[in-house]
Amino acid sequence: MTARLQERADPPAATRDIALDARDLVKTYPAGHGKDPVRALDGLSISIASGCVFGLLGPNGAGKSTAVKILTTLSRADSGTATVAGIDVRLAPDRVRRAIGLVSQKASSDPMATGRENLVLAARIQGLPRLAARARADELLDRFGLGDAADRLVRTYSGGMARKLDVAIGLIHRPQVLFLDEPTTGLDPQARAEMWAEIARLAGDDQVTVLLTTHYLDEADRLADRLAIIDHGRIVVEGTPDELKAELHGDTVQVELTGPDATGAALRHLERLPGLDGVVADGSTLHARAELGARAVPTLLTSLDDAGIVVASVTVARPSLDDVYLRYAGHTFEGDQA
Amino acid sequence: MSTYAAAAPGRLVAHSGYLTTRSVRALIRQPWFVGATLVQPIVWLLLFGQLFKSLVHLPGFPAASGSYLEFITPGVIMMTALFSSGWAGTVYIEDMNRGVMDRLLASPVSRGAMMIGTLAYQAITTIIQASIVLAIAYACGTRFDGAADGIPITLLAAVLLTVVFAALSNAMALLTRQQETLIGISQFLSLPLPFLASALMDTRLAPSWVRHVANYNPVDWVVVISRQALSASPDWGAIWPRLGAITALAVVMAWVATRAFGAYQRSI
Repeated sequence: MTARLQERADPPAATRDIALDARDLVKTYPAGHGKDPVRALDGLSISIASGCVFGLLGPNGAGKSTAVKILTTLSRADSGTATVAGIDVRLAPDRVRRAIGLVSQKASSDPMATGRENLVLAARIQGLPRLAARARADELLDRFGLGDAADRLVRTYSGGMARKLDVAIGLIHRPQVLFLDEPTTGLDPQARAEMWAEIARLAGDDQVTVLLTTHYLDEADRLADRLAIIDHGRIVVEGTPDELKAELHGDTVQVELTGPDATGAALRHLERLPGLDGVVADGSTLHARAELGARAVPTLLTSLDDAGIVVASVTVARPSLDDVYLRYAGHTFEGDQA
Repeated sequence: MSTYAAAAPGRLVAHSGYLTTRSVRALIRQPWFVGATLVQPIVWLLLFGQLFKSLVHLPGFPAASGSYLEFITPGVIMMTALFSSGWAGTVYIEDMNRGVMDRLLASPVSRGAMMIGTLAYQAITTIIQASIVLAIAYACGTRFDGAADGIPITLLAAVLLTVVFAALSNAMALLTRQQETLIGISQFLSLPLPFLASALMDTRLAPSWVRHVANYNPVDWVVVISRQALSASPDWGAIWPRLGAITALAVVMAWVATRAFGAYQRSI
């Protein structure tokens, strides 16, 4: 089931330039003898307008990295089509490679070279003449605050510095589309905040279209102009972060039971209560939405108490992207991470 | 950017150059590794030279000038080239374990340049190691009558052997993607090969099956090429066919290994 808050054919999207367009991408991987192949992408379609930071949000194994690999020409889809910067990834991979930058999930600089050497090599490979390559490297080293470390080997860099260098390498040839595959995974909070500030500048200063994959809800919320939630290789919902959150009226109510045994009974009770809807169970936790959360709690507790179901805790909160995720993917985000 | 796009052959040469430079620079920044690389051939030469030096007294051992060191110098050069090149693929594995391989494959660098870059780097290492072996042999009093032709031909043969086995190692790296598997296969192949050849022992004194196997062993081809070329009166009829065969094998292996990038990309 695919729910879109805004149809892709809406006039604003159609009249603007499309930087990236993927249709019905399917990718399967062999799972070994006698097992069914793993379907990493199951009809993924996305369309990204030029100059937009587009967040692809989903848990590990949802298909984010597979999508990035196909769109960056590393891997081939079994079926479906994709164009990046207007170029077909299957028909003209070499032209796509000139138009994109890739910051892969893992550190992608050479640890035995200096920051400057890494940048100059990347620039030369992209065809910049020697002087232009050096000038561009200097410019990016300054911008990312790596000027002092420019001539040190990358293996001496901190995680945050190495990650900034990865982004600088991705930008070296002024690509039209930059792929950031989980750019802040493994960074400490300080480095993560700095990386966020850099990413926020990309669309404005560099006029680059960014496809950002992440499994951090707050990251997608903060950085993405539009985002799509990916689950089991398909987009389940797409829109701006605000649109997605506005979809969920009122408050979210979360009920924690003492164990998973009573979940079924509790679910049946809550579904019957007036003022609560969208009730779902996830392990020993129940999630529901209420127009006014505070008012729903007493009746909820009474109802469960009457049924002899022990409640460990109840929380009422404004909806977050996690609730959006829960609603469209049918399970919580954290649960998937485990 | 397409405005900078160079013609394909020029691009291949330029990119190969950038990537060779990258590897050489990484090598010289690892002094322990450089040290081991330089000392290893010296150890082989002196150790085997001492260990087996009475072999020359065996009836039928054909060392014209009577020195075992002269006999094994080509053998040690080729063994060193073989053992070093077997490790070539570890560079790819490290690049895969980081995101370097993916980033390069998603850039306009040609697969051919990625292959040539590592092969050229291995070839440079081999030339340096071979030169050290020759220098030590000279320092120990060995003289090669055919040095003028023999040394360039020996270096060429060592480089071709390096290309064959470095390309094989690179292909294994791309197919297995695992350091342990790569090293296991590489050791399994490269340890017996010098002993199924005339590297340390004249095969005419070995069982006949060893002689037959040696005919198909690239390590034997290059040892024969080098030994003949360094001798006072080279048997060119033994050199040319073997030089042709090792050249053809090097080209085929480099091509096959470059194709292995496709297999790697299909598996990720």
